[in-house]
Amino acid sequence: MSKGAGNTRTGAAGPAASITAGAVLEISGLTVSVRGEDGERPVVSDLSLTLARGETLCIAGESGSGKSMTALAIMQLLPQPAARISSGKIRLRDMDRGDIDLAGLDERRMRRIRGDRIAMIFQEPMTSLNPVLSIGRQLVESIEAHTDLSRAEARRRAIEALKAVRISEAESRLKQFPHELSGGMRQRVMIAMALALKPDVLIADEPTTALDVTVQGEVLELLRDLQREHGTSIILITHDMGVVAEMADRVVIMRHGRMVEEGKAADIFARPQADYTRELLAAVPRIGTGAGRRSSVEAEMPGSVAVVHDLHVHFDLRGGFFGQVNRRVHAVEGISFSIAPHETLALVGESGCGKSTTAKALAGLVPYHGDIVIGGRNLAGLGRDQRKAVRRDVQMIFQDPYASLDPRMRVGDLVAEPLLIHGIASKEERSQLVAALFERVGLSADQMELYPHEFSGGQRQRICIARALALRPKLIIADESVSALDVSVQARVLDLLKELQREFAIAYLFISHDMAVVENISDRVAVMYLGQIVEMGTRDQVFSNPRHPYTKRLIEAVPVPDPAKRRPRFARLDQEIPSPTRKIGEDPPKLALKDLGNGHLVAVS
Amino acid sequence: MIAYLGRRVIQSVLILLGVSLITFALLYLLPADPVRQIAGRSATPETVESIRRQLGLDQPFFIQYWHYLTSLLSGDLGRSYIQRSEVTELIVSRLPASLLLMVGAILCELAIGLTMGLLAAVRRGTATDQTLMVASFVGVSAPQFVVGLLLLYVFAVRLGWFPIGGYGTWRHLVLPSLTMGILGAGWYARMMRSSMIDVLCQDYMRTARAKGLARGAIIFRHALPNAILPVIAMIGIDIGIFMGGIVVVESVFGWPGIGQLAWQAIQRVDIPIIMGVTLVSAFAIVLGNLLADTVAPFIDPRIKLR
Repeated sequence: MSKGAGNTRTGAAGPAASITAGAVLEISGLTVSVRGEDGERPVVSDLSLTLARGETLCIAGESGSGKSMTALAIMQLLPQPAARISSGKIRLRDMDRGDIDLAGLDERRMRRIRGDRIAMIFQEPMTSLNPVLSIGRQLVESIEAHTDLSRAEARRRAIEALKAVRISEAESRLKQFPHELSGGMRQRVMIAMALALKPDVLIADEPTTALDVTVQGEVLELLRDLQREHGTSIILITHDMGVVAEMADRVVIMRHGRMVEEGKAADIFARPQADYTRELLAAVPRIGTGAGRRSSVEAEMPGSVAVVHDLHVHFDLRGGFFGQVNRRVHAVEGISFSIAPHETLALVGESGCGKSTTAKALAGLVPYHGDIVIGGRNLAGLGRDQRKAVRRDVQMIFQDPYASLDPRMRVGDLVAEPLLIHGIASKEERSQLVAALFERVGLSADQMELYPHEFSGGQRQRICIARALALRPKLIIADESVSALDVSVQARVLDLLKELQREFAIAYLFISHDMAVVENISDRVAVMYLGQIVEMGTRDQVFSNPRHPYTKRLIEAVPVPDPAKRRPRFARLDQEIPSPTRKIGEDPPKLALKDLGNGHLVAVS
Repeated sequence: MIAYLGRRVIQSVLILLGVSLITFALLYLLPADPVRQIAGRSATPETVESIRRQLGLDQPFFIQYWHYLTSLLSGDLGRSYIQRSEVTELIVSRLPASLLLMVGAILCELAIGLTMGLLAAVRRGTATDQTLMVASFVGVSAPQFVVGLLLLYVFAVRLGWFPIGGYGTWRHLVLPSLTMGILGAGWYARMMRSSMIDVLCQDYMRTARAKGLARGAIIFRHALPNAILPVIAMIGIDIGIFMGGIVVVESVFGWPGIGQLAWQAIQRVDIPIIMGVTLVSAFAIVLGNLLADTVAPFIDPRIKLR
């Protein structure tokens, strides 16, 4: 398909000059360019690297660094027809036929390499498997594509592959469809599929980014084990320096399509040479750096901004002949907490634990049972207009800065909108207020006339913050608000949030799955599991002295960005997290919280 | 599944009841008088009145409807005013011809439309894509009687490949099916193209390529089943459009189906036949949609019928 590139080179498909001894793959002078409106521009420039047999090479960098493009170029899967390899060689060691230059290979020959010699797994396990084909079918077809095995033998190989990635009851799993499996299981199926044919090279493009932290630990360990068994070389592409430290033998740091630094993992972390590497490492949130930070609240101050008491959120599921309610999702199951002025309460837990639902209930976006008291007024007893007035005090910042700004509105109008809705200030005053907000969040007032697509992710999140600030709320709910940002941007946005807290005396309900970020920003932490709080206390209580096994697991699972502190083994979960969906009348057992002293609450069972 | 089907059948019966009530009311409100048609111009007012009484058309609307409904439930669609025979018999004798035409038309639609859409999506942005899309646009916008006459002129009159009209052999079927199918093919081509382009951009298509599968397997095994889902839902709706089309196409080709029957009945205000044909069409549409919805879970395991 990308013949255009191949034709310009000589001997493209033939044997290339021999590559470095011991190397499986060697990239030299690789340039990938993308055709855009203003002509062709390179997204990877003059990249050279080698991958030794059995080693793990991490390509790390922030968004737009060209790391994924490099991976796609190796597989010849660059988005067509916009992107192409404009120069360079990608040589794969081949014992029988001499080395092959993949950059010039035609589609037919490349097809034989893909899946057989080089396999790839992707970031999104939820969307990377075909929803209408069974797991078995998808596994078997990739085996059949490269071998002459009979259907029965291919099936046997598929079962072996599933067992190798520690999927229980492999045989009956073959009949299942992707939607019946959790994210972690799907990624394991992807790995099984990739490794079924024992390829020389596995390219893993952000394989754990979309997974929960405990599942991430398991998947990374699985990759390490399989590598030890088969001697596969791995190219691991990631933005997460913790994952790099955990996995890499060697590291390539990329920025704007160029290699900034390359070296052994230990050297890169201990003695980074390039300024950019130093900045990148400095920006990485680490558990432990938050300890000892001055806490903005000394004790429970009177007059909490928000008090949540015995909050329940249920979603009814209908079924049966008359479509009656017969099952119920217990998303939030009787949680209580309060947030003091100036305070940051972090709500942590893995996907499906109910943390975002709690936030939505607090912002009035889902119906709930229980009491939510904001600024001393219980929302349950209020009429529509009064509730709207109280809601002014609670604003929200979401995860995806791209999806949470209307692309057809000017950003200035977006920030002014809350003022307009609540009928605050005249037109001129509003635009002055908005201008001041823009300055405050680190943008300039002349940018008010622009549209959201003209900003970067970090800038957009600043716009969202300005919008949340417009009504001078007492509480801002930040739902995974920095998760989608690159680490360097993330660090600056977190700093901004802290500054704003000091300046405007705002309380935050900070929802995150990232324990390191939470440790950096929070005063108090509540850990949620299956809709209930299992542990709550000050940051130091929870992080220095975690008492509930689930909290310990969460903290342990975070990869430490230091190769010297690599964890030996990670305790595996015996089963998946149970479902919060139950039959009507079958209520989940209620956890009782016990005070261990100084407000450190732990669930006892 | 059983519960789902049970509920859908109940819904379908309600829909058919609604259709019968609305059609009956519209025909009742129509300024044309069926009795005048039956009696002829020269009939005396006494004759007209006696015919009216005989047919029960002097009764109030709801009594008339109630009589119709009760005999309908015992399977009786009434007698034709003009043709003096049972409507059920007339429809049953003509239904096979219309069903045959429907099958032919749907096959034409799917064969032409899906192929065009698939090809256009795979060759997206090329001259092939643009040509196919222009062709589909012509198909969508050309009126059926024009297409029918054009096909008749070229393939029957000039080339003599197919008969000009009538019913009997497969040759008779080709031109009417094609006429009916071209309109649908245009819609299906556009729908299939956009659905397919959507699917081709999905992550799992990249996975399929990364596995080193052949192009055919990628397109037919991985993309097609995903892309065809919205098209299947469309086939259910399409039967409605088809029922409108047969009235025109059967008249152009002299095809002895229920469309022709309806056309004659409308001209002569033969209420029992109009009612009968409408109800049979409504039944076909309801059944088509039910089938389309029932087939979907077999293609996409994520769809559960509840």
